[in-house]
Amino acid sequence: MSKNPSLSLPIAGKIAPPLAPGVPSTSGSDFLMTKLDVLVQWAQSNSLWPLPFGTACCAIEFMSVVSSHYDLARFGAEVVRFSPRQADLLIVAGTVNDKLAPVLKKMYDQMADPKWVISMGVCACTGGFYRAYHVVQGIDEIIPVDVYVAGGPPTPENLMHGIIELQQKIMSGELARQRESKTLVPIRVGENPLSIPAYSDGIMAPGRTAGPHEMTQMPPIGEAEHSRKADPENSAEPAPGKRS
Amino acid sequence: MSATLTVPSASALLERKFAERVTIESRPEYDVPTIRVESESLLEVARFLRDDPSTAFDLFLDIAAIDRLKLTGSMAPRAGLRFCLNYLLYSTKRNEHLRVRVELPAVSPSVPSLIPVWAAANWFEREVWDLMGIGFAGHPNLKRLLTHNGFFGHALRKDYEAGQRWLCTEEDLLQTDLAAQTDVPEDVFETMTLNFGPSHPATHGTLRIAMRVDGERIVAAEGECGYLHRCFEKMSETHTWNQVIPYCDRLNYCSPMINGNGYARAVETMLGIEVPARGKAARIVLDEFSRIMDHLVCIGANLVDIGALTNFWYAFQPREEIYSLLEACCGARLTASYSRIGGLSNDVPDNFVEWSRSLLPKITEKVGEVGTLITKNRIAMKRLRGTGVVSKADALAWGFTGPCLRASGVGYDVRKDKPYGGYDALDFDVPIMADGDNYARYLVRMEEMKQSMRIIEQVVSRFPGGPINSDDYRVVLPPKEMVYNEMEGLIYHFKTVFEGIKVPEGEIYSYCEGANGELGFSIVSDGSGFPYRIKVRPPCFPLFAAYEKMVIGGMVSDAVATLGTLNIIAGELDR
Repeated sequence: MSKNPSLSLPIAGKIAPPLAPGVPSTSGSDFLMTKLDVLVQWAQSNSLWPLPFGTACCAIEFMSVVSSHYDLARFGAEVVRFSPRQADLLIVAGTVNDKLAPVLKKMYDQMADPKWVISMGVCACTGGFYRAYHVVQGIDEIIPVDVYVAGGPPTPENLMHGIIELQQKIMSGELARQRESKTLVPIRVGENPLSIPAYSDGIMAPGRTAGPHEMTQMPPIGEAEHSRKADPENSAEPAPGKRS
Repeated sequence: MSATLTVPSASALLERKFAERVTIESRPEYDVPTIRVESESLLEVARFLRDDPSTAFDLFLDIAAIDRLKLTGSMAPRAGLRFCLNYLLYSTKRNEHLRVRVELPAVSPSVPSLIPVWAAANWFEREVWDLMGIGFAGHPNLKRLLTHNGFFGHALRKDYEAGQRWLCTEEDLLQTDLAAQTDVPEDVFETMTLNFGPSHPATHGTLRIAMRVDGERIVAAEGECGYLHRCFEKMSETHTWNQVIPYCDRLNYCSPMINGNGYARAVETMLGIEVPARGKAARIVLDEFSRIMDHLVCIGANLVDIGALTNFWYAFQPREEIYSLLEACCGARLTASYSRIGGLSNDVPDNFVEWSRSLLPKITEKVGEVGTLITKNRIAMKRLRGTGVVSKADALAWGFTGPCLRASGVGYDVRKDKPYGGYDALDFDVPIMADGDNYARYLVRMEEMKQSMRIIEQVVSRFPGGPINSDDYRVVLPPKEMVYNEMEGLIYHFKTVFEGIKVPEGEIYSYCEGANGELGFSIVSDGSGFPYRIKVRPPCFPLFAAYEKMVIGGMVSDAVATLGTLNIIAGELDR
């Protein structure tokens, strides 16, 4: 539980007089005094329903965490749901690449509030050692993250620690998705290098209309080669293709 | 000694009509025999190679495309032929590999598509077009496969800047017109297009199939992969030879040791170094434990997908036990990064033999429990028998290898047919089934786990002593006593750490039996400290390519069961 005294759970006491001299009214407390928020947060933190967005090696370790040996049920987070409508904790386990990014964004958007995100493994946190043309360099480019769990893949204990951290965070009432993102995502749209604020609606949003992104069409075979400006044999430039 | 074609196929090629158009290259002994063909004759030669009984290359394994832009010296491309396509073939009848090389110019490189000869070529050609920009004339569906449609340029070309990313939106994902594939008329109530994946528990978060269903029956389907394409091949070009091993471990993350060992073995062959007996034995034990782990997670996850949750817990418990052994060996549970070129990163623990042996009864018990629950279970048999059937001819045409090929009645197992790393001295059987359905694949995997345990038992019963690593200190770090006390030791240490291993110029196709088929590494070295090109032959790539054809005519629920038994691992499918 949180160290903040204002968030600590119930103040208990007794109000009823003894039934008879020497005979206490009940064996427990008669009343609880707390804030509704705290009660709700306490309930939320102990009944997380995770949606495992598992893509790679981390998903195999996630299977270990929910299996009998490590047994995530001890932390109240074992009801694994594969529908975003039924889950409130998104565990992104594994590398997310550019192709999967719109899917992840959509899954997150479909989850009902309140919702939290754990980024499991270094690939989900920062792209890990995949620093190349098709890998999202950290899912916080797309969605807000509450807890980052390092490791490639993290040990089950490490993920459990992440879940405990998240529980404490829920108790404190702090939510990552209420923060404004300060990160800028460098990405190319067409031939123009751009920087887009992370997890804004401008990036990866379904049905997005803005932006100069118009060349979903593949250049026909060989055309990419012909359209090069430089010496076609040993050009140092990547084939830019033709704008359609 | 050099790698040459066997006399019948070589003479058949040369003495018949191809005398001028086919060149037999001389390759070092460790490599596979190679012929060079002009692109105009490719289709004709391919037909001959498949059909003539003296060649009979019935299995299409891989296309390794190489951009030779930055190769210099003796490896420089001749006459501006910048690109090079290496088709890798195998003959199940004659147990022989073959590489067919086609050289292509820098401008508008294009070859005829080989789909009419080997159906398996379909997705391999799409991959080459996607990443290397080589066209395939006559290909029916030549569009991007691994990268998204918003992508521009061809990422594996040497002049593509590795960090260049492109914005992908939902419109850039699979766009398919399934109605065109079928003559079932549009009907608002019964006929619909169903999107299956990528975020679906049965598709492991990374596979996608768009289906057109008539009621519950699938009438058309198109698969898409690439949702886990994380640029392994591009990344490996900027890392030293040993730094590639962690990437290899993440190819098939259900059985990471097999990948790392397979890669290390390929590089060792190029270097011409030999791993001591102890290292080889440890690798076999770890490979076979990995195979068991892989089959367990395949069977467990497959049964979860079709509704039998309990088995998953049974199947996962032995995995935890094997994780403990791996953790004792190298400190990591899953992606071990334990292999090194020249051996392993450190010696196995003192109680390795007893520990390995003590795991066997535990695995036997849990596998037995799964078998008791499932093998004669009426529900499981109804779900698995007669669904996802692949005939022997189809399995070969689609390029299947591993348990899926053996479940269709072809007994090709690299460990048996082309033994490597000490497998020739071991006594084990290769289970084969003739039915080719999901049940056959399940049974083959169950039996393979037993055979793997037999192998482990044999190896640990005479586990050799001595060093675990090669003593070639140009490759392996010398022991610390030597580094601190001898000049040579210090120099070797310094050079290995700072410059990395120098693999001599050359090319190899090295292959081993991965958990779900032939895992091949096509490696080109230019003599610098970095690999010039690494192309992995992922065993599940042809399996998933065939999946869209296998499911047609079946029910949606059968498609789920079939996907599970094929054991598609996205890490190596997409790399």
